Amino acid sequence: MEEEIKIRSEKLDFFYGDNQALFDINMNIPKGLVTALIGPSGCGKSTYLRTLNRMNDTIFGTVVKGIVEIDGVNIYNKSTDVVTLRKRVGMIFQKSTPFPKSIYENIAYGPRIHGSTARKDLDMVVEKSLKNAGLWDEVKDRLNKSAMGLSGGQQQRLCIARALAVDPEILLMDEPASALDPKSTARIEDLIGELKGNYTIVIVTHNMQQAARVSDKTAFFYEGELIEFGDTKKIFTKPDMQKTEEYITGKFG
Amino acid sequence: MSIYLQNELRKLKKKIFSQCTVVEESLRFAIKALLNKDGDTADKVIEKDDQIDRFEIEIEEDCLKMLALYQPVATDLRLIVSILKINSDLERVGDLAQNIAQRAKALVNLEGEIPDFDFNGMCNLSLKMLNDSIDSLVDLDMQKAQAVIDTDNEIDDMNSRMYDIFVEQVSKDPHKMKLYLNYLSVSRYLERIADHATNISEDVIYMIEGTIVRHAE
Repeated sequence: MEEEIKIRSEKLDFFYGDNQALFDINMNIPKGLVTALIGPSGCGKSTYLRTLNRMNDTIFGTVVKGIVEIDGVNIYNKSTDVVTLRKRVGMIFQKSTPFPKSIYENIAYGPRIHGSTARKDLDMVVEKSLKNAGLWDEVKDRLNKSAMGLSGGQQQRLCIARALAVDPEILLMDEPASALDPKSTARIEDLIGELKGNYTIVIVTHNMQQAARVSDKTAFFYEGELIEFGDTKKIFTKPDMQKTEEYITGKFG
Repeated sequence: MSIYLQNELRKLKKKIFSQCTVVEESLRFAIKALLNKDGDTADKVIEKDDQIDRFEIEIEEDCLKMLALYQPVATDLRLIVSILKINSDLERVGDLAQNIAQRAKALVNLEGEIPDFDFNGMCNLSLKMLNDSIDSLVDLDMQKAQAVIDTDNEIDDMNSRMYDIFVEQVSKDPHKMKLYLNYLSVSRYLERIADHATNISEDVIYMIEGTIVRHAE
């Protein structure tokens, strides 16, 4: 079956001032699947992830060359509305970042700034998002309590729920489980599996086994270059490139 | 973590190679016992089987431990999975060598040979296939592994010829049924040893190339 392409980057270079962090990245990320970005620290995987919703724009002195298309439209066009872009392309970070507000307000915040104000609509969004993030049953009786009282794993799922609340098409996850215990990690990984299909997910992870478990496609980055991109099953059993083999078998990095 | 895994892999390879040596020797002695109708040598083969069985379990436990502790991928994963499978093929070859030794002991008391059949040739071919499959594992030699796979039909043909001769001889000479039955059994064992050598070679190819060549026509 032919995969539908959701995100396409072509000849993508990225610079932090004079320092080039990405070199000529060409990659087609399929729709509705999970793509894992792996590679040693400083290889450019998180930088690449952040080019997909223009999060790097917030860093002074950065320069992007080349193309990143979502559904065939270059997101670096002058006409792109970055707020709308980030609504379509949600992001979850390594460290959970709940707002110091109630659980309910954390979820309702996004929809509210995008124009939903009716309490009934917001109630529905909050419930749906928390259910999709697998958190509803744990928090439904304390929606008005502070989100800061949740456990680390729950906070991370709250952040996923918050991202889901604005109805995104793509979820970017930057090491979403690296600060969590094994049980919470497993919960996040299960959730990624449940969300797949409805969302295109791109995940950066240092945990090779996690990449192998959750993703359909894997991209290996090294020193700012995309070394190999392909089916996860193939990358972890018989990669084509020697460098990939050496990295995933722990011979360097 | 890599250093730990690489050390464990080195030890694992050493163990499987020494199991190869023991099993190969066992088969060689079993054949010697058979062709010379030598009961003492046959007894040695039978005694050796316990050691092969114990070592099989040890290697399997090592493989499982490495899979659980290191979650290996790519070449490391293929190496461990292949060794896990080769290990059980070797143990089966050990059992079959023991079976041959038992037939050899039975033949000590039976006069005569099976006529019109190159039994030496079949024994040697089966032993050569096992040796070559082991060499292909040690040297990671694809060509040698493929050559073993290609030879398997020859042994199959020999085994069916043996069956035809058995039927013919039993109808001619029914009182020698016991003698011929022993040879027929050995032929079947040799054919199965060749199958295990073929399996080992297929696993060697998987280890090197990552391609499963089993059941390919």
